[in-house]
Amino acid sequence: MHGNEGSGDEPGLVSNRTMDIVVALLLLLVSSIVIYDSTRLGFDWRENEGPASGYFPFYIAVILAGASFVNLARAVLAKGGNGSDAFVTKTAFMRVLAVLVPAIVYVGAIQYLGLYVSSAIFIMAFMLVLGRESILRAALVGIAVPVFLFLMFEVWFLVPLPKGPLEAYLGY
Amino acid sequence: MEEIASLFAGFAVVLTPFNLLLMLIGILLGVIIGVLPGLGGANGVAILLPLTFSMPPTSAIIMLSCIYWGALFGGAITSILFNIPGEPWSVATTFDGHPMAQKGKADEALTAAFTSSFIGAIVAVIVITFLAPLVANFALRFGPPEFFAVQFLTFASFIGMGRGSPFKTLASMCLGFALASVGLDNVTGQLRMTFGYEMLLNGFVFLVAVIGLFGIGEILSSMEEGLSFSGAHAKIRLNAVLETWKQLPKFWFTFLRSCLIGCWMGITPGGATPASFMSYGLAKQFSKNSKNFGKGEIEGVLAPETAAHAAGTSALLPMLTLGIPGSPTAAVLLGGLLIWGLQPGPMLFVEQPDFVWGLIASMYLGNIAGLIIILTCVPLFASILRIPFSIIAPIILVVCAVGAYTVNNSIFDVWMMVVFGVIGYVFVKLGYPLPPLVLALVLGDMAEGSFRQAMLLSQGSLGIFFSNWLVSSIMTLGLVLLFWPGIRWVIASLRKPKPQHA
Amino acid sequence: MKKFCSLVALAGGLISAATIAPHQAMAWEPTKPVTFVIPAGTGGGADQMARFIQGVVSKHKLMKQPMVVINKSGGAGAEGFLEVKNSKGDPHKIIITLSNLFTTPLSTGTPFSWRDLTPVAMLALDQFILWVPADAPYNTAKEYIEAVKAAPDRQFKMGGTGSKQEDQIITVAIERETGGKKFTYVPFQGGGTVAVQLVGKHVNSTVNNPIEAAQHWKSGALKPLCIFDKERSTYTDKITETMAWSDIPTCTESGLPVVYQMLRGIFMPSGVTPEQVQFYVDLFKKVRETEDWKTFMESGAYNQTFMEGEEFAKWVEEAEKIHYDLMKEAGFLAPGK
Repeated sequence: MHGNEGSGDEPGLVSNRTMDIVVALLLLLVSSIVIYDSTRLGFDWRENEGPASGYFPFYIAVILAGASFVNLARAVLAKGGNGSDAFVTKTAFMRVLAVLVPAIVYVGAIQYLGLYVSSAIFIMAFMLVLGRESILRAALVGIAVPVFLFLMFEVWFLVPLPKGPLEAYLGY
Repeated sequence: MEEIASLFAGFAVVLTPFNLLLMLIGILLGVIIGVLPGLGGANGVAILLPLTFSMPPTSAIIMLSCIYWGALFGGAITSILFNIPGEPWSVATTFDGHPMAQKGKADEALTAAFTSSFIGAIVAVIVITFLAPLVANFALRFGPPEFFAVQFLTFASFIGMGRGSPFKTLASMCLGFALASVGLDNVTGQLRMTFGYEMLLNGFVFLVAVIGLFGIGEILSSMEEGLSFSGAHAKIRLNAVLETWKQLPKFWFTFLRSCLIGCWMGITPGGATPASFMSYGLAKQFSKNSKNFGKGEIEGVLAPETAAHAAGTSALLPMLTLGIPGSPTAAVLLGGLLIWGLQPGPMLFVEQPDFVWGLIASMYLGNIAGLIIILTCVPLFASILRIPFSIIAPIILVVCAVGAYTVNNSIFDVWMMVVFGVIGYVFVKLGYPLPPLVLALVLGDMAEGSFRQAMLLSQGSLGIFFSNWLVSSIMTLGLVLLFWPGIRWVIASLRKPKPQHA
Repeated sequence: MKKFCSLVALAGGLISAATIAPHQAMAWEPTKPVTFVIPAGTGGGADQMARFIQGVVSKHKLMKQPMVVINKSGGAGAEGFLEVKNSKGDPHKIIITLSNLFTTPLSTGTPFSWRDLTPVAMLALDQFILWVPADAPYNTAKEYIEAVKAAPDRQFKMGGTGSKQEDQIITVAIERETGGKKFTYVPFQGGGTVAVQLVGKHVNSTVNNPIEAAQHWKSGALKPLCIFDKERSTYTDKITETMAWSDIPTCTESGLPVVYQMLRGIFMPSGVTPEQVQFYVDLFKKVRETEDWKTFMESGAYNQTFMEGEEFAKWVEEAEKIHYDLMKEAGFLAPGK
């Protein structure tokens, strides 16, 4: 939870202050999108109906924008304190990417290979590359989990999950 | 006592070897279903519903309702161990349950969760047994303004939660509300914030968001510190159950309050998820250990679990007597009743006493059997944390992906899960609290809907929220809670008038 | 069983007459699990019917492969319809419809219509009935409409399921007869909730389906004023002491000329062969032959009209036109429709 504790003397990749500014700006972007669409829907209080479709989103977005401005101003004006602490060090960031990037590839692969095959590859790759487990162990877990899921969802509970060419070849 | 006689007749119906076997199978299946996020109680019951057509209705409903109890129990397991809520109403359980597991007290947290689920459910069944005729019609008083008042109350009871920057809390909450408004507006049928993207028609699904924010976010945070799970080196204690039970009696008031909230929310029917949030919020506000909430306080596990299960169980009452489902799972069970030719409604108790009392008897037995089964498994569940992170992490990711997919059978939701994972990771590190975000996401839609329905009824007059004793008292209670921190300060300063001058 | 055999023989005979190699033509059967898409959430009317069919099919072993039911409720059902639309030529996918087949594309502008699908069969038509609390001072639809006419505009509240969907469309159709007076239409989440809101008198009337309000009628909390069908219901078993479904007058005969029914039909993706369609037509005929189905139909007072092929397609086309006109009149159409 506290990335800036275990990282020792290593200099941060990004400071908390910078990330605070980035997030506040992103939230401002979100609120402007919501405000834009609310004005299309109408954000008035109508005679017989009460609030229109865009009423609540509009005011929520206005409050969001207000809060984000304060957060932005605080981050910009902040000097010293923990604002200049590292949000993430380079090592920690690489570790996070080491799981995030494969996860993104995995989700992308589901569309083409189906969930079961992608899961098998993902689990094996994760265990081999990141976990440095033995090939035997990785293969065992990597195959057992998808097979279990397959039996559970497709065979017992009859819940279809995304399937790819292998399952089609097997007649599913 | 007519009810007691009927109840014993019900026990006679249930206690056949065949029905007992079905109960056992149901509970085990339910636990499995509850553990897999996404494949929740509603899906599980819906999937197994057709299998039960060849059984007599009483046996069928016994099995299905046991699946339901099993799923209720099971939902807490992944919340506590991996910070992944298996069911929407387990979200509040993660707030303190997971920190407990990180401290190496997973077995205590699990025992507390299961025991309080049991207590909540049993109290609710007792209410159903003896007060059914009295409370059945209470739900009829609930129109849109009353529903809004209850949602407002839930929100108010949770509002004092924020630690850290109030502006970050506010931003987090508003983001939740904004996300909740995406998709089809139920009141006018207009599309909001979809910008022509078909994937957004359904909006942001609560369960997908929490799987991402909590589950994936947690894995990313864990990765940062290397390949390890905090709490992994917990000892497996075989007597954990008894040790935990010794701590419980002193929380009798928390149990009582949570049961009341749960039964009330189940009967009205406000839903188990709001009930769990409300109960957690109130427990935090009024606990002596308020400061420890969120860091692994056992009371923070007891309160939401008790309320969620009291609500989940008592939701069956409006279903049976009025035909309104109090939860998605109840809605599927309702479909089952209709398929067996049983029409839920005011006449069901009169026309089908065997069925109704058999069901109620199975609630008692199913819960007791469920508790015994699941408590014996506590050491087993807790030892899952001993599996090396490099094996369990990819499996968790796969299970999360399956969970996110099955909610709506949509790949887009799996992508959203990853995005929410990144949001969760960044927000936690920057001190944006997540609970207000998820509360706003789950309540936003409902509250806005009820509010606007009420406005349609009153033709735009806010007076409808104070138009009868019921809605006015709930609203007043909500307002009091909303300003409770301020009120407490005023009371405190009145009691001790300027002690420094003495 | 005898009936079942003769039915198969009949179906077989029809096909063999049309082809030289009867064995091959008859042989089309699903080779993998059949996905049954429900463009609505769990627990609703379409969901109940689909899961009931799944249960009947597996109980009576009407199909060798399993039937897998899946809910795709996103965007008022658009998700489910788009899924089937995009599965061109897949004979292992069928979808059950409710009125959102027509209303969703018209009100949200989502790009699909029934023309992107292959109509298989009409299973039944769900009825709509005008309900009021049992102690309301009017006993006929005419009296109720007069009361609406006499009251200030928007005084009367009509509860219904969803927005710009069947319940609100019926409300708009009723408003043609109220001399310019409008209802305040209040949308709720599900039919069961709508009925309870009426029992609790939070609204003045509803157009609930029979199955949603039957128990409240039986218990004496609600009373039906009229049924939105061309003819009265055919179910003559008494529901209350004095009345059966067949005793409810049609709205037209009680001076409210509005007719509306909801299609419970089955569609397939486009690009499938006639043999494949025929398999499902036969399958649903077998389902309709079962006792379970008959009981189910009676409990919901469904109109049991069955249609297939051209006749069904024609019916759907007309229904689409009716929805278009009503929704246009009410201003429910999405821009560009």
